[in-house]
Amino acid sequence: MPSAPLLLSQAFNGLALGTLLALVSSGLTIILGTLGVLNFAHGALFMLGAYAMYVVATATGSYVLAVVVGVALERGLVRLFYARPHEDQILVTFGAGIVFTEIARAIFGGNALTVPTPSWGQGIVHLGFLFYPTYRLQLIGIIAALLIALYLVLYRTSIGLVVRAGIEDARMVGILGINVRRAFLAVFVIGVVTAGVSGMLYAPIISVEPDMGSNFLVQAFVVIVIGGLGSFPGAVVGGIVAGEIIALTSAFNAAYSDVMLYAVMALLLVLRPQGLFGSEGRV
Amino acid sequence: MTASLLEIERINSFYGDSHILFDVSLHVGRNEVVALLGRNGAGKTTTLRTIMGVLAPRSGSIRLDGEPIAGRPPFEIARRGLQLVPEERAIFGQLTVEENLRLAALTAPSAWTLDRIYEFFPRLRERRRSGGRQLSGGEQQMLAIARALIRDARVILLDEPFEGLAPLIVRDLVRVSRELAEQGRTILVVEQNVTAALSFADRVYILNNGHIVWEGTPEALRSDPALMKAHLGI
Repeated sequence: MPSAPLLLSQAFNGLALGTLLALVSSGLTIILGTLGVLNFAHGALFMLGAYAMYVVATATGSYVLAVVVGVALERGLVRLFYARPHEDQILVTFGAGIVFTEIARAIFGGNALTVPTPSWGQGIVHLGFLFYPTYRLQLIGIIAALLIALYLVLYRTSIGLVVRAGIEDARMVGILGINVRRAFLAVFVIGVVTAGVSGMLYAPIISVEPDMGSNFLVQAFVVIVIGGLGSFPGAVVGGIVAGEIIALTSAFNAAYSDVMLYAVMALLLVLRPQGLFGSEGRV
Repeated sequence: MTASLLEIERINSFYGDSHILFDVSLHVGRNEVVALLGRNGAGKTTTLRTIMGVLAPRSGSIRLDGEPIAGRPPFEIARRGLQLVPEERAIFGQLTVEENLRLAALTAPSAWTLDRIYEFFPRLRERRRSGGRQLSGGEQQMLAIARALIRDARVILLDEPFEGLAPLIVRDLVRVSRELAEQGRTILVVEQNVTAALSFADRVYILNNGHIVWEGTPEALRSDPALMKAHLGI
């Protein structure tokens, strides 16, 4: 049985991982909900974000890169596949992911790189009951702020209104005079930016390598299944639940953390197939 | 007679390989309410979907106020002032009543205010914070019509507005439809409920197997039981 301080520390790690998964999954789930495209390139985009952090020291430069990659990917590739069967969409985004991964490998090599913790995030904070790395604590705060920003965009702006309506019935949004294709571009870019920014923020905590995205992609899929396909609140709650499951199981035996995650997903699929916040019907 | 607001000339529409509409021509004048009647599967909904641009006609022309619109995407057609109120109503269940209305008003050149909508449908004001999926069938239909009104649509295409509703609710909605007709709204309505449709229409077309087979006034149709029986089954 692990000690109480260890469990507590793991619970914080779970929160850090969970909010991160929430951010990655929000982008994935919004793209899936509105565009109907399961974006298999999402993990690679996360990886690109981490490399961008490695290359560009300033965060501002890398946000621009994420937007540029997002626009190019949607306009140049994904847009052409909206009307195609899901298998085609999966193949093309999966293929794009492989291309991104191999480009990163060609440029940076296959070795794991480390990104230093930013100067403002060095050291350890004493929480009274626990010593915890400053950057991880800041990470939780930054991601929480980003999730709140995303929430405000989705629930308090016109573009958010269009996105939420589009998740339900994109055709009717068009019948009401809205250019859904243009909204799709915005959605895709927002989704890609969440992946890229997540990668940047997480880069100082994990080793940066070309294949780092695939594990996150799989976990993000589990999160949106748990939360409900196309649901933003589902992605947030699902992300935190998944993060805690992984972190707390690791306190007992790290080998079982993924197994535990899949077990919970399987159980949920039996009891509530539409996910925590999902609605039955359109996928 | 001056040119009609909405003019459809010899359109042919297909679903995949199956030919649904055969040289369908009809016109709707300014401030006119036209009913398009016919049996199930006659092609009534397909006609409305083709006009709205949801389905592109393979041939033929559709003009709104003289401007050709056939082949344009639905969002452009909507911006020119045509508004389909679909059979399934297509209310956004995750959005509140007010959000449904605000969404509809987003791209309207001259939107009604929410207050004006709520004066017309007091029930929607009471329900404005409710999610779309919590509404009753009648309330959903009101909201579906309200979304077209808030856009101040020049032509409203109503697809089976009374379908699946209780008689009392139908009576309410027929009253609303009559009010709209009296206000001079231009409406093309498709309905199975012939009596209800005839009560506010100025002119009638009958569609049978994708062909327009009759055109006339509600009075002429009512006084011809043989015609009603032959094409409408009543």
